[in-house]
Amino acid sequence: MIETTINIILFVMLVVTALAIIRMDKLFAVVMLSGVFSFLSALLFIVMDAVDVAFTEAAVGAGITTVLMLGTIALTARTQKKSPKFQLMPVLIIIIIGVALIYGTMDMPNFGDLNSPANTHVAAYYVSNSATDIGVPNMVTGILASYRGFDTLGEVAVVFTAGVGVLVLLSGLARRRREDKEEL
Amino acid sequence: MSWEFILGHMNYWLFIILMLIGLYIVIAKGNLLKKIVGLNIFQVSVFMMYISIGKVIGGTAPILPYDNTGHVEYGLDVIYSNPLPHVLILTAIVVGVATTSLGLALIVRIREEYGTIEEDEILDAETLIAEKENEDREAWLA
Repeated sequence: MIETTINIILFVMLVVTALAIIRMDKLFAVVMLSGVFSFLSALLFIVMDAVDVAFTEAAVGAGITTVLMLGTIALTARTQKKSPKFQLMPVLIIIIIGVALIYGTMDMPNFGDLNSPANTHVAAYYVSNSATDIGVPNMVTGILASYRGFDTLGEVAVVFTAGVGVLVLLSGLARRRREDKEEL
Repeated sequence: MSWEFILGHMNYWLFIILMLIGLYIVIAKGNLLKKIVGLNIFQVSVFMMYISIGKVIGGTAPILPYDNTGHVEYGLDVIYSNPLPHVLILTAIVVGVATTSLGLALIVRIREEYGTIEEDEILDAETLIAEKENEDREAWLA
């Protein structure tokens, strides 16, 4: 019961933050609020027993993403152009999608059900055997690095590709700026 | 629809609402940076959805206790939450940051090329360029 209460309180704070992000015109405030959003979601992850996910979200989601976004607003613009307050079409679209998604949850098992399909097949094997198979007390680490090591290898490939993409996009940025100044 | 059903599915519905707010920002807002923030909200809501599927009521974080000889001690009566969604989402968070940084780099590049990061202004600039190209082509044909 107490967990449900905490869940709902954190959820209300998340929604308030998200609505504030919709309304804000100053991009600095938007970026800071997205950091707040990440920290609140980290708290929610702790309530749901996902401690590893929580500290990754707090360090990577709230830390690195915020820094990257601050860098971006420093290079681009500080404020957003005023957009029309209320648009009908997006609201209609999200209502339709929301109804479809909620209809889709009707067949899902109850929250926290020990015997739900997600908790019975391979996950049950991991929970009971990771101590003897791998010997690391933290099961998440064991699965990440050993049982599903190839997933992590794929992740590294994605991060590498994104890094190369960023380098290609931003290379020559300083040089082009200098040339523009010299032309003036 | 029983009370138990509502309480058991409420978490999913809450995260769907949060997801839709993120989607609204992506669709309705013209500023590119704000779109990325909306995409992040959407993404984190999906993460919460996954983690809530792995939660077991009465369970604890999936970390085994050590006994004092350094061996992993089996807590037979302890229920652990499902570690598999945690692993998947751990990967997804890092990949999410990588894709976010790629998007932000694209924004910086767009700003360099067009001088703005507002969607409608970029569209106007594109229309001007297209019109000019058409005129050039017609002049060349004539």
